Amino acid sequence: MKPIQSLLALVCAFTFVVTGLAQSTPQVFTGAQIIPISGEPINNGVLIVEDGKITAVGDENTRIPRNADVHDMTGKVIMPGLVDTHSHIGEGDGGDRSSALHPDVRIMDAIDPRSDTFKKALSGGITSVNVMPGSGHLMSGQTVYLKLRPADTIEEMLLVVDEENNIYGGMKMANGTNPIGSGAFPGTRAKSAAMVRNLYYKAMDYQKKIEAADGDESKMPPRNLEMEALVQILEGKRTVHNHTHRHDDILTAIRLSQEFGYKVVLHHVSEAYKVADEIAAAGIASSIITLDAFGGKLEAQDFTNSNGAALEAAGAKVGLHTDDGITDSRMFLRSAALLVKAGMSRKGALEAITIANAEMMDIEDRAGTLENGKDADFIILSGDPFSVYTHVEQTWIEGTKVWDRSNPEDKEFATGGYEVFRGEVFIHHDGAEQ
Amino acid sequence: MRIINNLLVLLLVVTFSSSLAFAQIAVKGEKVYTMNGDAVTNGVVLIKDGKIERVGTANRVSIPSGYTVYEAKVVTPGLIDAHSVVGLAGYLNQDDDQDQLETSGAIQPELRAIDAYNARGPLVKYLRDLGITTVHTGHGPGALISGQTMIVKTTGETVNEALVDSTTMLAFTMGNMLSGAISKPGTRSKGVAMLRQELIKAQSYAEKRSGENPPAVDIGMEALADLLDGKVTALITVHKANDIMTALRLREEFDFPMVLDGAAESYLIIDQIKASGVPVIIHPTMMRTRGDGKNASMETAGKLFAAGIPVAFQSGYEGYVPKTRVVLFEAGVAAANGLGSDNALRMLTIDAATILGMEDRVGSLERGKDADVALFDGDPFEYTTEVTGVIINGIKVK
Repeated sequence: MKPIQSLLALVCAFTFVVTGLAQSTPQVFTGAQIIPISGEPINNGVLIVEDGKITAVGDENTRIPRNADVHDMTGKVIMPGLVDTHSHIGEGDGGDRSSALHPDVRIMDAIDPRSDTFKKALSGGITSVNVMPGSGHLMSGQTVYLKLRPADTIEEMLLVVDEENNIYGGMKMANGTNPIGSGAFPGTRAKSAAMVRNLYYKAMDYQKKIEAADGDESKMPPRNLEMEALVQILEGKRTVHNHTHRHDDILTAIRLSQEFGYKVVLHHVSEAYKVADEIAAAGIASSIITLDAFGGKLEAQDFTNSNGAALEAAGAKVGLHTDDGITDSRMFLRSAALLVKAGMSRKGALEAITIANAEMMDIEDRAGTLENGKDADFIILSGDPFSVYTHVEQTWIEGTKVWDRSNPEDKEFATGGYEVFRGEVFIHHDGAEQ
Repeated sequence: MRIINNLLVLLLVVTFSSSLAFAQIAVKGEKVYTMNGDAVTNGVVLIKDGKIERVGTANRVSIPSGYTVYEAKVVTPGLIDAHSVVGLAGYLNQDDDQDQLETSGAIQPELRAIDAYNARGPLVKYLRDLGITTVHTGHGPGALISGQTMIVKTTGETVNEALVDSTTMLAFTMGNMLSGAISKPGTRSKGVAMLRQELIKAQSYAEKRSGENPPAVDIGMEALADLLDGKVTALITVHKANDIMTALRLREEFDFPMVLDGAAESYLIIDQIKASGVPVIIHPTMMRTRGDGKNASMETAGKLFAAGIPVAFQSGYEGYVPKTRVVLFEAGVAAANGLGSDNALRMLTIDAATILGMEDRVGSLERGKDADVALFDGDPFEYTTEVTGVIINGIKVK
């Protein structure tokens, strides 16, 4: 019935055994400035990791277990592994041109777990990521939340595993000009919204039939993968990640989410500063981007890096994404520094690449801060996170070092070099990202 | 040859005589990078009539009365973008806003940059506000020869007001980077054969035009003959090491001035490039690693510099997002990847000026040079540093 799950169970069992052995000794990191995100930075802090989890974060007086491996990180900065709410690493795809709406299509069925783009992301300090299909459709498919563990199979990388409902991520939607086209695609913005509304009404109908069946298999409607995914959205089990640029498109995305009562995260939100109060009043989170220059797409012509500052001032939740290959996963800390340059608080910018993004992916109990009980995903930096001269030196996931700049082979993923990257950078020119 | 320049001189003379545009300015900096010797701590730059009058420490250079004083933590010469397409490639990805590449033919050296430059383009102002005062811009990559380039200041409302040099280089592209929109050669070797054929034609034209019975003017041939006569330079956008070697081979055969542009794999053939004496306008440090440029490294600028190869930074051409890169940012990331910030600043200023042949006018804070100055509130390369002021030709434009 659900082969993925059994496979997954196997993989998990295997992983547990391995990490269980590797992590019998507590790992302790001393001497660094620790930026836990959940509180003020701790100078000369202590971080303790056991069995893949954080067991202590504190000042220099924190008690260190007797059998621990102690890593002296004097002069370094330690912060949580970065969370990216919108990326196209992994060389996956999404819905095809046969329809503008593909709620049944899963990007997890198309990702290459060996893709060097994952190593690129690790070199930028990214440990958790929402990998999405593109924005050339009203609904291009199901996204997948990944932990960037070294892996042979995609199952080993899954971050969220809802076996009962088959949920491993969110749903990508888009409005504005990218999904507009010919044939199966809408020709106008109003038609775009109408097509989405029609689909959700169908899903509500499907949902009613299921409720009416009341557990009686014989009365259930025939299984429909499209409808199942949409019902999950209507039931609040699956989050919609909605690509949107122009202020009126932003409001349309909010309006639809309110009509059908689903949880939405706005993505890019290029004109957020024009409707920041409306976004805040709706209580909706925004995952934004920073760029080195404005311009490009007509509908994004009023883009500005000060969206972060504007949303912060309005009291709305702000996350930041790479949209890799639009911006480079290796430069994610730099992207956050550009938020600060454009007026956002340092605290807000740090949260935007950690806990705010974790909340948008509903993984805040596991990632986004350095706190007891959370996954031991953290990065070791050579200095201040927002300095050009700072490098990510090490990236750790669940207590295991997965990238180390002092290893020449690993370093090349950060700098680039001969035959380091075999794949093409993912940019949709047709039905473009951004 | 350079009609525009004469026009410009005229314009400047007119402006000088009215003289109202120029305020006399003193710029005080806690650190003044003159790029002519060591940085000056607590320095002063005096500016008079659009030129630099004097540079020195505050206790040796007194500020005459009537000078407007500006202060900054860090003061540098106006920055130089050694290769851009701003002004031709507009800020929107709309066909009518993109003039950096004509797709009607693979070889069009007659296309002049001055005929397509929008001095009011929003990206020009954007670069200016980030301290970039001189830009080498014009036709972009994508055709075997896409056209001419020029040097402008990021000021002025017309190309004439902006212009420094009307005809600086001819833009070549080699390797597998030709636009799909043009009728183009199907292979690398066919592309080189087409270039060689055209240059051989131009050799013959150049000989005839200097003889008794000059041929009817062919503006494409004129441009190539100027290249062969050494009056303009070939700007060869090329990434792969084998294609770089092909470019150098072409130069051996036809003996024209050359600058390598992009040069993602240049770190593989440092000795050969060094021996050729050809400068490199290196790809943006943060360029996307794809296609011919997939082997680009953030450490290349540092490696070429260490080898003694003249290097400058470029914003290059972006077909999508960001619509332009910013050499200040690209240099900063190179600085942090082996180059060092003092060297990065050299490449952004005096070294770029020298490669562009403009070192007598721009690139350093020295008496008699154009008064192009950038003011910063901290280390120019730090992500959160702001450019607090920009002066071009002695006029405060930010």
